Amino acid sequence: MNPRIWARDLALGARFAVTGGRSGVLRTLLTAAGVGFGVALLLLASSLPNMLFQREVRESARAPDASHRMIEEPGPGTFLHYTQYSSYRGAALSGLLLKPEGPGAAVPPGTDGVPAAGEMLVSPALGRLLGSPEGALLKERLPYEVVGTIGEPGLIGPNELRYVAHAPFLTTDNYDGRGLRYGWSVPEEPMNAFLLLLVVIAYVVLLLPVLVFIGTAARFGGEQRDRRLAALRLVGADNATTRRVAAGESLAGALLGLVVGAGLFLASRQFAGTVEIWDVNAFPSDVVPHTLLALLVLAVVPVSSVVVTLLALRGVAIEPLGVVRTSTPRRRRLWWRLLILAAGAALLVPAVGGIQVEDTGIDTFTIGAGTVLVLIGLTGLLPWLVEAAVKRLRGGPVSWQLAVRRLQLSSGTAARAVSGIVVAAAGAIALQMLFQAMEHTFTAETGHDTSRAQLQTSLDARDGADARRTIDRLAAVEGVTGVIGTVDSHVYRHGPLKPGEEFRPIAPFSVGDCASLREYAVLPSCADGDVFVVVPPKGATDAPDAPRIRETARPGALVTLRDPAETKGTVPEWRIPATARVVTARPDPVGLHRYGVLATPRAIGAAPLENPRSEVLVRLDPSLPDAPEVVRNAALEIDPTATVRGLSDTEQSSKFLSVRTGILVGSTLTMLLVAASLLVATLEQLRDRKRLLSSLVAFGTRRTTLGCSVLWQTAVPIALGLALAVAGGLGLGSVLLAMTGQRVHDWWVFLPVVGVGAALIAAVTLLSLPLLWRLMRADGLRTE
Amino acid sequence: MNTAPLLEATGLSKAYGPTAALSGADFALRAGEVVAVMGPSGSGKSTLLHCLAGIVRPDAGTLAYDGRDITALSDTARSALRRTDFGFVFQFGQLVPELSCVENVALPLRLNGEKRKAAEARALEWLARLEVDDTAAKRPGEISGGQGQRVAVARALVSSPRVIFADEPTGALDSLNGERVMRLLTDASRDTGAAVVLVTHEARVAAWSDREVVVRDGSVRSSEWAA
Amino acid sequence: MSIGHTLLGLLEAGPRHGYDLKRAFDERFGHDRPLHYGQVYSTMSRLLKNGLVVVEGIEPGGGPERKRYAITDAGITDVADWLATPEKPEPYLQSTLYTKVVLALMTGRGAAELLDTQRAEHLRLMRELTRRKKDGDLADQLICDHALFHLEADLRWLELTAARLDRLAEEVRR
Repeated sequence: MNPRIWARDLALGARFAVTGGRSGVLRTLLTAAGVGFGVALLLLASSLPNMLFQREVRESARAPDASHRMIEEPGPGTFLHYTQYSSYRGAALSGLLLKPEGPGAAVPPGTDGVPAAGEMLVSPALGRLLGSPEGALLKERLPYEVVGTIGEPGLIGPNELRYVAHAPFLTTDNYDGRGLRYGWSVPEEPMNAFLLLLVVIAYVVLLLPVLVFIGTAARFGGEQRDRRLAALRLVGADNATTRRVAAGESLAGALLGLVVGAGLFLASRQFAGTVEIWDVNAFPSDVVPHTLLALLVLAVVPVSSVVVTLLALRGVAIEPLGVVRTSTPRRRRLWWRLLILAAGAALLVPAVGGIQVEDTGIDTFTIGAGTVLVLIGLTGLLPWLVEAAVKRLRGGPVSWQLAVRRLQLSSGTAARAVSGIVVAAAGAIALQMLFQAMEHTFTAETGHDTSRAQLQTSLDARDGADARRTIDRLAAVEGVTGVIGTVDSHVYRHGPLKPGEEFRPIAPFSVGDCASLREYAVLPSCADGDVFVVVPPKGATDAPDAPRIRETARPGALVTLRDPAETKGTVPEWRIPATARVVTARPDPVGLHRYGVLATPRAIGAAPLENPRSEVLVRLDPSLPDAPEVVRNAALEIDPTATVRGLSDTEQSSKFLSVRTGILVGSTLTMLLVAASLLVATLEQLRDRKRLLSSLVAFGTRRTTLGCSVLWQTAVPIALGLALAVAGGLGLGSVLLAMTGQRVHDWWVFLPVVGVGAALIAAVTLLSLPLLWRLMRADGLRTE
Repeated sequence: MNTAPLLEATGLSKAYGPTAALSGADFALRAGEVVAVMGPSGSGKSTLLHCLAGIVRPDAGTLAYDGRDITALSDTARSALRRTDFGFVFQFGQLVPELSCVENVALPLRLNGEKRKAAEARALEWLARLEVDDTAAKRPGEISGGQGQRVAVARALVSSPRVIFADEPTGALDSLNGERVMRLLTDASRDTGAAVVLVTHEARVAAWSDREVVVRDGSVRSSEWAA
Repeated sequence: MSIGHTLLGLLEAGPRHGYDLKRAFDERFGHDRPLHYGQVYSTMSRLLKNGLVVVEGIEPGGGPERKRYAITDAGITDVADWLATPEKPEPYLQSTLYTKVVLALMTGRGAAELLDTQRAEHLRLMRELTRRKKDGDLADQLICDHALFHLEADLRWLELTAARLDRLAEEVRR
């Protein structure tokens, strides 16, 4: 193999590609567009890990110093900080509340200085929101004056809603911590196993159709290229040379495609900030492809274009007087196709159950290779399947006969074009399954019962009475239809520490009305003045301190209401009434069990409780979409450090919905690419048979007959391909799910993908009809 | 022979873009006769055939088939007429390469709605009659040009048409094969009573006809009834 | 080839001397074989006798070449009949056919029609041969084929001539 000769021949071919007449250039451009599109998708996919990593880097860089060393004393450079998470109409919102303790307090990243008391800096997106009528409600929630903007270093994405406020009310009682500076070390391995797996699979699913497309594109414009190659042979080029020249033609398209792809990538990068998937949006500068993956694309695309072309010309003899295709192709064998599939399965199956979602060090190579092998195996299976299936077809109307016979004679052409669909569809189905499982896991684990309450908040109170008032205030907010409210604290076992005890056993203690208490326990009856004891059942997984709760919360036992070790002076005591009934816990709307002592207000005054908190679950009027925002505003007004959690899982699902839509869009675009090549192949085939079509028209063949035959000819391979993709995708998906120890939740995920496939069949057929109609005019018969 | 013509055209004109292929051509065909349409290339022979067969709608002129004006018929109706009453043989590229020869011959019958078995049985008879029954199971790519044309003739005859339109049916064949095709075509058409419109530029092929007409510059120059 | 018809046709353009007639004939048709004066003399006297030409005047000096001939109406009809009658298709007809075509052009008669008529005649014979060949044995077939190929060659020549009639007409008129 002489590199100089190779270079010469490839260059000659590349020249043909760009100077080969109108159709030659068109073919090159089509190839370049297809490859470029695929390359852009690949580069975007390979940017995903870095994009997410950069978010973590930014997140860490702006986090107040959280070194484990506590700063006990205020100093000239210290500041108190509190990070507030909230949401506004479904969009995440976060704020850093600061209170400098000296003149030298560090400046938060992205700002010029700490704002003065009562003032805040906002991200550009938040500034826009606050300045618009949509932000009116939010303005009420943030009682600070906007004095400036947070720069890029202080944000994780261009669309982030973020504020940095000087909050004079921060104390060591309600703060997150005392800081000296910002930023802490960044984790080395940023991705969890699941996400990494997703990226690997997405990558493979995108790369393979691009390769398939290159393979199909190598066969575009067959007739004309055949003539050109034959002419080369006629002037004395040997067989190997002509093959290299042909490869050079494809190479030109592929290289041009790389350029187009890089351009598309750079252009689409600029939109990274405007697109928000899964609450993630990124600065264009953070969308940088993973070096190794990018190099892989740059190498694989051109090399494969050469290899694929050489492979494609395998069964073809380029003779000086024309190109001869071996008329009876070799019978397709099944065993090696199954072997690839089996090899892939062999790599994947041992990993079943071996991956935890939190893992970061998954065996990317094994899983990636396994997935690639399975998808390649599926693709390889298609030509065999099409051949085997079509061989058995017979009978039917004329249009069916025409299509079937055509497929029987050259099923390879159709199967090759369609194999891209198999990879894209199978991959998309597997990904859909993974995401659906993830979605299910996330919503199932929250265990929220949104029919009982939609918001949850817990607020600090000075004393029991204050906590009571807080509950009443929230109950009165507009749009609130019901409140489950308790004043929560703890009770401590009476008496001295027993030997071996490091601290006094405690049990949670909640005071609330009967209606509220019923949300936490199954009460046979309840009247004001009643007390209940909820003991964790044996083997309860959510009560690690069950023995201590059992020891403390007993009917008739004496308890203290504050920790005697921490309290000076007299400790208020209380005897749990002997009449207190032991009841079983009931999961609250958040999905948690509350064990310990439940008391109605008349049984004990709330006043003596230690550090009580108001635990409030709110039911909202569903007809008022802004009700959650009003409640959040009210809660923050009562307690500026309050956190309000939405129990509704709709937010969570919509995040996943957008990812799944993204996958569907991505796979649709990939399949569209395949459909485009299929369309080109169909159009070329039609043009090649101009005479035949005209003569068929001459003896009275109906348009519909020929139109239907084009439809069947497209539909049969795609339908077989989709069937294979559905089977393979579901199989691959369940193996991958089993790997992460999850179950398949919905076997019907493939329906949208199949729908897209059906749409493609229709599109290819419809788009070839105009040419068919045109060719069916008698012009094709004209010889003069 | 004083019967009314089976197919009669008067003043046919047809232009493709700026070039006039036919300008006022008259033509008449009686049932069962074989008429050669001769003329230099570019004279409009094929266009005349396409117009006569209702494949192309003429820009001007009238066309009557079996006493019925078919100029104004819809595309669908003309297609149906071609399916039932006409047969076609072209120079090349008319056999569907994926279908076997017997399937190719059966095609017109199947387009007319006949059942596959019956259609193929009759196709086989015609293949035998044209001495190419050994090609029945083969595909067009696997047989010789002469055999292919005979298969095409079988296909033109299988639906018992009243007119066969043959456009240079021997154009791609050598003398011997061409002669064989012409002999079989004319014999078969005489046996079945089908008229033949035979477009050719070769005198030896035209010699198989009953009479000839010459197309020159888009009009039919001489048209005399055979003795 | 009929010299008499040819000379008559040449006279249609206007009266000529015998000498002029010979020169005109040689120029147009006598490429390889010029006419002898004797041939002109005997032909003209035959035409004179049949009333197809008349002597319009005699130059001093005597001899047939000094006579000025003019065509009669009967002569014109005779030329027309000759041109309209197809030649019996046989090999090596070209020179006759060529003469006929040129004369037709010179005399303003339809050369294309002449060719069409001739083609029809050729085809009639070819049809006959084809029929004979179809029913005959191999020897018949071979003999008929030989004739057919020759006739076909003639027909091709006819086609070619027909296609070049315009150019020929130009040259003839010059």
